[in-house]
Amino acid sequence: MDVAFIIETIVKIVVILLIFSALAGFGTYFERKVLAFMQRRLGPMHVGPYGLLQIAADGIKLFTKEDIVPQNVVKPIFKIAPVITAATAFMAAAAIPFWPQFTVMGYTVHPIVADINVGILYVLGVMAIGLYGPLLGGMASANKWSLISAARSAAIFISYEVITGLSLLAPLMMVGSLSLIDINNYQAGGIGNWIVWSQPVAFILFWIAAFAETGRTPFHLVANDHEIIDGFGTEYSGMRWGLFFIGEYANMFFISFVMAIIFLGGFGDGTIAGAIQLILKVAFFFFFFLWTRAAWPDVRPDQLMWLCWKVLMPIAVLNVIVTGIVMMF
Amino acid sequence: MFEAIAFYLFAALTIVMFTITVMTSQALYAITAMAAGMIFISAFFFILGADFLGAIQIIVYTGAVMALYAFGMMFFDTTRDVVEKRTNPQIVFVLGVLAAVMVVAIVVAPIVSNNIQALYPVIPEVGNSQAVGMVLFTKYLVPFEVAAVMLLVAMIAGIVLAGKKMDKSLTLMGEEEIEMMQAGNQSHHERGEH
Repeated sequence: MDVAFIIETIVKIVVILLIFSALAGFGTYFERKVLAFMQRRLGPMHVGPYGLLQIAADGIKLFTKEDIVPQNVVKPIFKIAPVITAATAFMAAAAIPFWPQFTVMGYTVHPIVADINVGILYVLGVMAIGLYGPLLGGMASANKWSLISAARSAAIFISYEVITGLSLLAPLMMVGSLSLIDINNYQAGGIGNWIVWSQPVAFILFWIAAFAETGRTPFHLVANDHEIIDGFGTEYSGMRWGLFFIGEYANMFFISFVMAIIFLGGFGDGTIAGAIQLILKVAFFFFFFLWTRAAWPDVRPDQLMWLCWKVLMPIAVLNVIVTGIVMMF
Repeated sequence: MFEAIAFYLFAALTIVMFTITVMTSQALYAITAMAAGMIFISAFFFILGADFLGAIQIIVYTGAVMALYAFGMMFFDTTRDVVEKRTNPQIVFVLGVLAAVMVVAIVVAPIVSNNIQALYPVIPEVGNSQAVGMVLFTKYLVPFEVAAVMLLVAMIAGIVLAGKKMDKSLTLMGEEEIEMMQAGNQSHHERGEH
């Protein structure tokens, strides 16, 4: 195997890891600021200008806090659960094209770690493993609140997973490929070619499922805020708890990338303008996650299951059938 | 070289995980090790160039094992050891012998496999998912449809068995309504007995 290829891949992996770990930190800052402005507060203001260094302060706190492992927990599983959430979030990023290919000093760089031809299936599958983190953390904690939270995360998982798959099926039938690069190139003709115009139903369904996938309000059931307790994270402290956080925010960014690439044209024809557009689309989706959290209450677990199985799934199936009929004639 | 390293790494991991699944007496260890083993198996599909099957392996088994967790939560205190009842040592003996025979078969299999040809080799121009789709909807169409019908039957049976009181929601009822419903059930049972 080519040495240059190995070095290039390792560099890409390190860059993606560093950028998105940092972004996850900034994500918490953005979230606090956006929520604060929507609730007519100032948010973090004291550490640094406009509270910008709050991220550093939080980071130092998480890294230096004592790592408590309670007595009755199932220790190996309790310890590995946060790693699963964070690791699978970044593993999913391997098949996402973050940027169109560009040339630096005569060397063409493809900003995707592995262009496998089943990209979208791989991304969704590995992201789905991420929900094992809250589940295992909750079950291993020997704490009843954590156990209830784990049960809720299992319920969410078996509800939303069907919607993600079925809603994506219709656009994939149109494109005829599972590779995210092919999906992007299908829409390269400009804003009129975006899949969102021909598949608006699939777009809305996938967007709703994305909220369940990342566990954000209104589907923030894994750590139910009404119980005034942090669900699966109750027994965690320090960096183990921080890993759950990094995983959640990295997942938010990656699912925003996936939505922008599949439905909103991605990076278009691959020019600089297209690349900047992709960043703006991702920023919009990320902002929408925060906006929803400020504006909506959480739903109950049974309401989520009712919504997924009795409302969204029939709509998704109908959408697939209608798309098939339209494509055939 | 990388393929060999990846193969031996994931082979060792898979075997260790499934060994834990069988040997441990704690439900949480067993299910978690099984989930991990199932996901590690997908690595072999990726090494063999069957990306589609690898991704499907991940998606299907994360969902399937998640359902097992739900049952585990309902039936066991998953953080404690489960005390098993071993009433029949003969079954253990028979299963042990069968497992030994299977291991011999697995080890001997490569000798036989020299005579095996791939009926549907990987076509480089056609993608993985297209190749699977073509075989599935031509040669194996009937088994595929039969499997679909069987799953439909299982789904309908599941709904019929589980969906008896689906129109009522305990969350939305008041205390008195629940008590009235339970009292109604009890009198119904008593009438049934006499």
